Amino acid sequence: MERFRRAASGRTGMVVALAFVLLVIVVAAVLKGVGATQLLSLFIRGVLLGGTLALGAIGVTLVFSVLKMANFAHGDTMTLGAYLGLVVVTLLPKGAPLAPFSFGYEFIVALLVVIPAVGLITFGLDQLAFRPLRARRSPAIMFAMAALGLAFGIRSLVYIFWGADFTFFYTGRARPAVELFAGIRVRPDQFFILGLAIVLIVGVYLLLERTKIGKAMRATADNSDLARLSGIDTKRVILWTWLIGGGLAAAGGMLYGLDVQLRPEMGWWLLLPLFASVILGSLGNAYGALAGAFVIGIVWQMSGAFINPVYSQGIAFLVMIIVLLVRPEGLFGGKK
Amino acid sequence: MPLLTVEGAVAGYGEMQVLRGIDLTVGEGEIVSIVGPNGAGKSTVMKLIFGLLKPWEGSVTFDGRDVSGMAPEKLVRLGLSYVPQVDNVFPNLTVEENLDMGGYIRTGSLAEQKERVFELFPRLAERRRQRAGKMSGGERQMVAMGRALMLDPRLLMLDEPSAGLAPLLVDMIFDKIVDINRTGVSVLMVEQNAKKSLALADRGYVLATGQNQVDGPGRDLLENPEVARLYLGG
Amino acid sequence: MTALHLAKSALLAVPLWLLISSLLRFKPSWLRHLASLAAGFGVAALATLAMPPGILSYVTTFILVACIYAVLSVGLNVQWGYTGLFNIGIAAFYAIGAFTSALVTTKMPTGINASFTKQLFGLGLPFWVGVLAAGLVAGVLAWLVGKPTLKLRDDYLAIATIGIAELVRLFFQNERWLANGPQPLRGIPQPLSCLVGDGCSWLPGFVNSFFAPLAPRDYPYVYVAIVALVLYLIYRVLERAIRSPWGRALRAVREEEASAAMNGKDVAAFRMQAFVVGAVIMGLGGALYAHYVVSIDYSHFDPLYGTFLVWVMLMLGGSGNNRGAILGAFVVWAIWSGTSFVVDAIRPTLAAISPSLPARGPYLRLLFISVLLVFIVLYRPKGIVPEEKVVSLDRDT
Repeated sequence: MERFRRAASGRTGMVVALAFVLLVIVVAAVLKGVGATQLLSLFIRGVLLGGTLALGAIGVTLVFSVLKMANFAHGDTMTLGAYLGLVVVTLLPKGAPLAPFSFGYEFIVALLVVIPAVGLITFGLDQLAFRPLRARRSPAIMFAMAALGLAFGIRSLVYIFWGADFTFFYTGRARPAVELFAGIRVRPDQFFILGLAIVLIVGVYLLLERTKIGKAMRATADNSDLARLSGIDTKRVILWTWLIGGGLAAAGGMLYGLDVQLRPEMGWWLLLPLFASVILGSLGNAYGALAGAFVIGIVWQMSGAFINPVYSQGIAFLVMIIVLLVRPEGLFGGKK
Repeated sequence: MPLLTVEGAVAGYGEMQVLRGIDLTVGEGEIVSIVGPNGAGKSTVMKLIFGLLKPWEGSVTFDGRDVSGMAPEKLVRLGLSYVPQVDNVFPNLTVEENLDMGGYIRTGSLAEQKERVFELFPRLAERRRQRAGKMSGGERQMVAMGRALMLDPRLLMLDEPSAGLAPLLVDMIFDKIVDINRTGVSVLMVEQNAKKSLALADRGYVLATGQNQVDGPGRDLLENPEVARLYLGG
Repeated sequence: MTALHLAKSALLAVPLWLLISSLLRFKPSWLRHLASLAAGFGVAALATLAMPPGILSYVTTFILVACIYAVLSVGLNVQWGYTGLFNIGIAAFYAIGAFTSALVTTKMPTGINASFTKQLFGLGLPFWVGVLAAGLVAGVLAWLVGKPTLKLRDDYLAIATIGIAELVRLFFQNERWLANGPQPLRGIPQPLSCLVGDGCSWLPGFVNSFFAPLAPRDYPYVYVAIVALVLYLIYRVLERAIRSPWGRALRAVREEEASAAMNGKDVAAFRMQAFVVGAVIMGLGGALYAHYVVSIDYSHFDPLYGTFLVWVMLMLGGSGNNRGAILGAFVVWAIWSGTSFVVDAIRPTLAAISPSLPARGPYLRLLFISVLLVFIVLYRPKGIVPEEKVVSLDRDT
């Protein structure tokens, strides 16, 4: 038993467990009479969703590694990004859709405006709510609680300004799907979403690996005391952490809104898959979060083949619980 | 005028007083070693000098400037550099990135300074792309010292550089300290290994119960019976 | 003073008696209770006479709901205040308690009703069985959630509890067979409702005739007495437990002093015990809620009402202090109810800003309460009533 446990909690064991989960999903779907085409298209949808989730998950894990706090307001930051994007799209004169996509130039402008804006807003909130806690060396859990307050605060603002109903960036505009191959239909928007997600993620990768500030962020994440002793400007590192984390969240929220719809609760609902991705990929590991997001996205979509899709969130939750049981340090974490 | 002066320093953590009056100086180009039994407050002195702790009384002066309680990120800009005893590298960064971070505050190219560090520690040059966390204790100590040297400091502060190292590596590290000193860097270190560190130090201080009890040239201290008495638990 | 006044005062005397006797400290306890009861009745009688019936009934309902929230807040206090467990899924245990008690106490619908209301079972058992079952099921759920998460970092527990709360709510929303979701489960019986109806056959005649002036709409006066009694019982049991070696062990676990005194296995066991006990109390709170509103559905247990408000209550009142937890429930519920009047009052101003704003007024309260939580965390992390230094009752101290 002990040997089994040790084997199961290795990284290979973890991969095997995930493969097993995927297998169970496929078998369950086939037993329910779901065709291969539909399964494949769900898989592709999962990859697309994974890209959006990754944008949020990287922010969660980055904030966690640099600031050592679980940011429960991250989902609602995504909501805020989506709705601010809506404001920009609504304010700008409408242009024709950029065929084959359903959106016009306004959406691109909105992305360019909202990403830095939300990054700065999250930094501002950090200065108001989290900096005093850092100065006091408050326990980590107080940060999480302040974040919870911010989450509900952001959501209440969304309710106040935009109401409780769902909405779209372009109400009433058709979003036709095109056939990819073998009867698999995908909306062109979704390719844009995945493409942009990949571009942003590569950008963050380059920033973290190649630039001085990126290295300083990784150094601070590694050992914040030593970073101070080396003269690294912690304030700048914190600013950049929020610019990246908040900015990616805003992009993720806008892309999710483009793909599905905008809803005041969307971010809160995404919080669970976000953290599931982050825990799966090892808390604090940006590349792990990326991998985790794709796994969660795929499992989420594919499970819809055989259970009521309202429970897809539950599947994300289940994967997270399995990870916590088998290998709490996640796929890419070292054993302590 | 000495480079660093600590006068009548009293400090501690929270309510607990650790230092009960410390006086010490480090002159330009000197190696100074602080030795003493466990719990004497050796590491606390280092933290006090490096601004991680504020003095309750007394002062710290560096290069004629009062720096008592100055934040570490400001101190490094004055030419002080500190290697803590533990957690002294960035484990997920490569050796080279660790050195880059050491030179974070310097503008302009770091290449020249990096070359000097690699010259001093050829082993690091071989492993420049390896993650520091995956290296042995001795190599990690080299990374830590290399990181601190990237600032081209005037005073290098080392907290127990030989702790936890194999005897062979201990000698190597002490040799390196002398090498570093020869390039004009003053060194202040805290050591458990009193014999070896006093042997190479220009001057030494013996600390016990938060006060300096004896000081003088390193070799004199080694032969001082009172030092032996303090170590045996006075 | 009419017979109606008298009946209302007698019922309102119950919460007041329990409040006063917990505030006084003198012995012997029978004398304290007697004095408190007299004082409580006095205050109740004065209030009944002085307040217009509408206001009195509003105040009663206010106390009633605040007491139910106080149960949740006290339950959270066991987990967070004493043991440091970060549960953001209070709604899960609250909901499962409410639905359990509803299923246990309602009768299986028959005839035409059976086609409108689907439920897994309806046992038609008495109120107290429902309440106990609610606690039991909530405790089992807590054990299941706690097993994989309690030994991990605190933030993992937090996210797992968020997940379980969402799932429980989704489950009751989508599974018609279980508890009629998404339609409400109706007809949850109210204990002692016979007092405000035709009289309870098992009670002596003079009791029935004493309460006879009460009409069915006066039921909250009866229920507030029941809820206050349950809250008081929970409070007393907890106060005793907290002063026992068990309570001291929980605080040691929270302060992470534990490693010195006990091994990891014990720490895990204590965390689990606190988590389950807290969840049981939340389940009881759910049951109390269900029997008050009579008809429940999934939407009652959203993260705002089910979890967030309770957190603000405990944090404002004072974590680690049961009195603080109860006080916090009253204060926050007062703020929450009071701000609704404020929002009503500024309705014209809101309308002047934007025509759609008045309808969204309630969310101003949410904004206010969220900001309040951040303020508490930043400036008053100990709450109004800070934790008292508890002296254990066991002999060796």
